[in-house]
Amino acid sequence: MSGIQGAGDDVLAQVQAWHDVGKQAAVATVISTWGSSPRPVGSMLGVSEDGEMVGSVSGGCIEGAVVTEAMDIMEGAEPQLLSFGVSNEEAWEVGLACGGTVEVWVEAVA
Amino acid sequence: MRPEVLKALNDARAHKRSAVLARRLSDNAQTLWVEGEPILGERWPGEVEEAAEAALGRDQGVKVEAEGDTWFVQPFNPPLRLIVVGAVHIAQALVPMAQLAGYDVTVVDPRRAFASDARFPAVILRHDWPDEAMRALAPDRRTAVVTLTHDPKIDDPALEGALASNAFYVAALGSKRTHGARVERLARLGFTEAQIARVHGPAGLALGAVSPAEIAISVMAEMTQVLRRP
Repeated sequence: MSGIQGAGDDVLAQVQAWHDVGKQAAVATVISTWGSSPRPVGSMLGVSEDGEMVGSVSGGCIEGAVVTEAMDIMEGAEPQLLSFGVSNEEAWEVGLACGGTVEVWVEAVA
Repeated sequence: MRPEVLKALNDARAHKRSAVLARRLSDNAQTLWVEGEPILGERWPGEVEEAAEAALGRDQGVKVEAEGDTWFVQPFNPPLRLIVVGAVHIAQALVPMAQLAGYDVTVVDPRRAFASDARFPAVILRHDWPDEAMRALAPDRRTAVVTLTHDPKIDDPALEGALASNAFYVAALGSKRTHGARVERLARLGFTEAQIARVHGPAGLALGAVSPAEIAISVMAEMTQVLRRP
């Protein structure tokens, strides 16, 4: 894995393991960042249909919202580009406390 | 992500091959290249191909506009490597820390009493001499080399191999005085001042580290700094 991942968070191997046992799974990937953001471009979060998580796309601030979207996408919704930042109207719930902005691409394994 | 793309990407990573995944965001079309060859998906535009090469070099993904579409280009380099020369107490702390940071670690020490499976249960051990080991391991620009034995017979051949390579971080444990003597030996071997200056000695950031684990932290910290702020 590239240097930005690390031991214990091999997201794509875990996502494949879920897929191989017949579980629905989704992958969320940070595709751009502005300002201060906790995880760099290329960081990934894997989600299973049971809500299991591997890896991360932030310091924990937006994972909840990403998992909710991932569940819909696993059930057949189109892949989605999510944007999070302080200007987000839901900032108090899911914005980034650090003041940065991130774009996250969420897609099902399908 | 299509299951066949996920599987081919994981296969490439398991075989430590470099790969690039490009996604076209308008329709989630996916193209996978492994070691510079297209494996799955349609051809990508020239702008995307250029971005893919640059992304592998910087080890960072990038968004690219091409032919009216937005693509996300994501590189997957093989893991960083760390070659630890000297299966000493500090190595026992450094190995798991480096593994946690995502490095593939190899420990080199011809002294089998030190480089034993009991002392190093989860890492590749080599018992050949460091000059042979360095030739076999062929350090590249994503490799770090750290010598820990304090014994010139073992450390110096490893440093010679490291200085002849593009290793991004080369470090040698030992006091300032020990390092001074090391610099003189390397100069006698014909290395230039600039080459010798690549050796971080004493290894590690000056944290005032005392225990083996603390010294390993200082070496990991310096290695990380050189990697991320070259």
